[in-house]
Amino acid sequence: MFYREVGEFKTSYPQDSESFGIGLDKYGYYFVLFIAFVIIPLMINDYWASAVLVPFLVWAIASLGLNILTGYCGQISLGTGGFMAVGAYSCYKLMTSFPDLNIIFCIILSGLITAGVGILFGIPSLRIKGFYLAVATLASQFFLVWLFNRVPWFYNYSASGQISTPERSVFGILVTGPNVQPWAQYMICLLFAFGLAWGCRNLTRGSLGRKWRATRDMDIAAEIIGVNLLQAKLSAFAISSFYIGIAGALFFSVYLGAVDATEAFGINQSFLVLFMIIIGGLGSILGSFIGAAFMVLFPVLLKNILVGWWEWDAALATHLEFISVGFLIIVFLIFEPHGLAQLWRLLKQKLRLWPYPH
Amino acid sequence: MKVRKLAISLATIISLVAPPALADLVIPWLSYRTGPYSPSGIPAADGFADYFTLLNERDGGIGGELVKIIECETGYNTQKGVECYEATKGEGSLVYAPLSTGITYQLIPKVAVDQIPMHTMGYGRTSAKNGAIFEWIFNFPGNYWDGASIAINHILDENGGEISGKKIALVYHNSAYGKEPIKTLEKLSEKYGYELTLIPVDHPGLEQKSQWLEIRRGRMDYVLMWGWGVMNSVAIQEAANIRFPMENFIGIWWSGSENDVLPAGERAHNYKALALHGVGTDYPLYDDLKTYVYDKGLAAGDGSSIGSVLYNRAVYNSALLAEAIKTAQEMHGVSDITPVMMRDGLENLSVTEEVMTSWGLPGFAPPFEVSCENHGGDGLAMVQQWDAEAQEWNIITGLISSDKEVIDPLIMEDSTQYAAENNITPRC
Repeated sequence: MFYREVGEFKTSYPQDSESFGIGLDKYGYYFVLFIAFVIIPLMINDYWASAVLVPFLVWAIASLGLNILTGYCGQISLGTGGFMAVGAYSCYKLMTSFPDLNIIFCIILSGLITAGVGILFGIPSLRIKGFYLAVATLASQFFLVWLFNRVPWFYNYSASGQISTPERSVFGILVTGPNVQPWAQYMICLLFAFGLAWGCRNLTRGSLGRKWRATRDMDIAAEIIGVNLLQAKLSAFAISSFYIGIAGALFFSVYLGAVDATEAFGINQSFLVLFMIIIGGLGSILGSFIGAAFMVLFPVLLKNILVGWWEWDAALATHLEFISVGFLIIVFLIFEPHGLAQLWRLLKQKLRLWPYPH
Repeated sequence: MKVRKLAISLATIISLVAPPALADLVIPWLSYRTGPYSPSGIPAADGFADYFTLLNERDGGIGGELVKIIECETGYNTQKGVECYEATKGEGSLVYAPLSTGITYQLIPKVAVDQIPMHTMGYGRTSAKNGAIFEWIFNFPGNYWDGASIAINHILDENGGEISGKKIALVYHNSAYGKEPIKTLEKLSEKYGYELTLIPVDHPGLEQKSQWLEIRRGRMDYVLMWGWGVMNSVAIQEAANIRFPMENFIGIWWSGSENDVLPAGERAHNYKALALHGVGTDYPLYDDLKTYVYDKGLAAGDGSSIGSVLYNRAVYNSALLAEAIKTAQEMHGVSDITPVMMRDGLENLSVTEEVMTSWGLPGFAPPFEVSCENHGGDGLAMVQQWDAEAQEWNIITGLISSDKEVIDPLIMEDSTQYAAENNITPRC
């Protein structure tokens, strides 16, 4: 009825290639941005920032990154935790070595450093595929975490091996450290998440994204039609690692403030991000956000209902959380193997035809 | 859909996090009854809850105010720890005791901003002992560097003061917790001339075959351990597998509970660990606990952990906090104290033999005093040894003091570095 192309007149090419072609989509998108940029910063408090929204945004960036590599380019990676560690540790080294450098540049530079490391570990992807590549990236996960534990230079020789973030500000507003305002913490993550999601959307719609998808669907066919596999795969590794590096830098500097390589960037985190994109939807930007929301927010929500509301025993609630998250993952994989984003896609298709489904 | 979902979940949470009535003395306990660290986390959580239940049941709380424990499950995970902190700090929380060095590091800057004291008993950041710089952090009665030095002193005693050339290995949890003693052990090795080998074990510590192979190959004379959770019991079993002499295997006070030695059975006989306090249930306090808590069915756990080392540790921890609350109430003349008053209470805490007798724990631990300069107590500990036949720990030494000549400069160096990084002016 409302949600359809009919009546949307495109009078120029730029209009025709708009990201959101349907009016309702476009206004919905503006509405979400309005809520995210205006309403939430006005209402946010400490708990919301550090327990809910900041982790959600950081994980969303990480799953966007992995989605580029796995969802769009079809290269399975289990090295996400390790790449996040690269982002975090390079951010730390930049922040401490160049105290005058703005934190925004530190974060972007750490993304670039991670991109370099990503390319390095992406080289084997030209020869090995599928599960074998997963094992190769698993090696990068263990190697990188080991490296950050092993070489004291990375953590500035601190006694505990932890890295902790100094206070930094953007335009005079603190964004890292303990004195940070919740809205500032949220806004910096939101800006990065928005910018990166916007970039990801446009990259994947362009020629590079088509090359990635061709590689994913059948690499030999892609090569025959003239896709340079070397370029496609390595660019996917580089851009994906750039995203993941930024997620790691934000994870360390804005979200936690102090991290320990083994715990914060272990293999669990790699799996967590992989689950996010599988549940959210491979090859979907919305899916990255939904997946992150599901894996990060659902446990918090469940805990607040069970422990905060019904006053259950905390341990029992945690066990139930494990069971129900696991159960829901299986349910989603059985009933919607293409992820939660596919539900949204189906709904849109149904809406377009409604009320005359045939 | 994403937005709608988010909005619904957000709205639900908002309605849930509404602040409750602030009538009681609220103490959050960041527990971990799940995951690979639960063998260590469960007895501690039970002990903590049971002691405050006793105070509520027997004395009607502290100074007439009931104590309310908010247990928040972290699974020993720092991210969940932060979530728990943010969720509970608004409920009038008086003091945090996270029982995790990782979470402690996370919270050190936060509690200073929120002005809530944190007590990390025998764990956390060692240099927080310097109260002039770490105003809100307390780590009495002992810290990891004390522990490292006490273990070396015990080895010195056994060898008549001569350990140069001995090979000592440190098996440690590869995290902030396990890395804490390294610097001290390195300094001490310069002083005494032993050879130190560092052997990290990654989280969660279920796989230690290669580490113990290295110990066997290197023919280590002594092994020190900084372990936690399942890592402890796995290490002790592996040590038994390579027939390492158990009397030369010494754990920190976090690696010396019943849960750690029982899985190895007979072979854990003679395993040693440091002890911050007495062992067993042979204290008058346990009569009261039985009358007011266990017999009434109010015990927090299933009763299996009662009297275990970590249970006693948590009882000791809660007794110290209760005493600090009492001190704060006396100092400020109000019973419903604030976190800021609680800090004063902790800083002026004086635990004498009479005080411990009044708890029902005579001779349980060494007496000590907290001051503005010294938030860390005196750093005294004993050595306990496991008797596998009787299935009990025995204290085998008197109080051993740590080597202050080595530790104090290290604490000064580390804390002044922290002060410089964070622009803190020393207070006293």
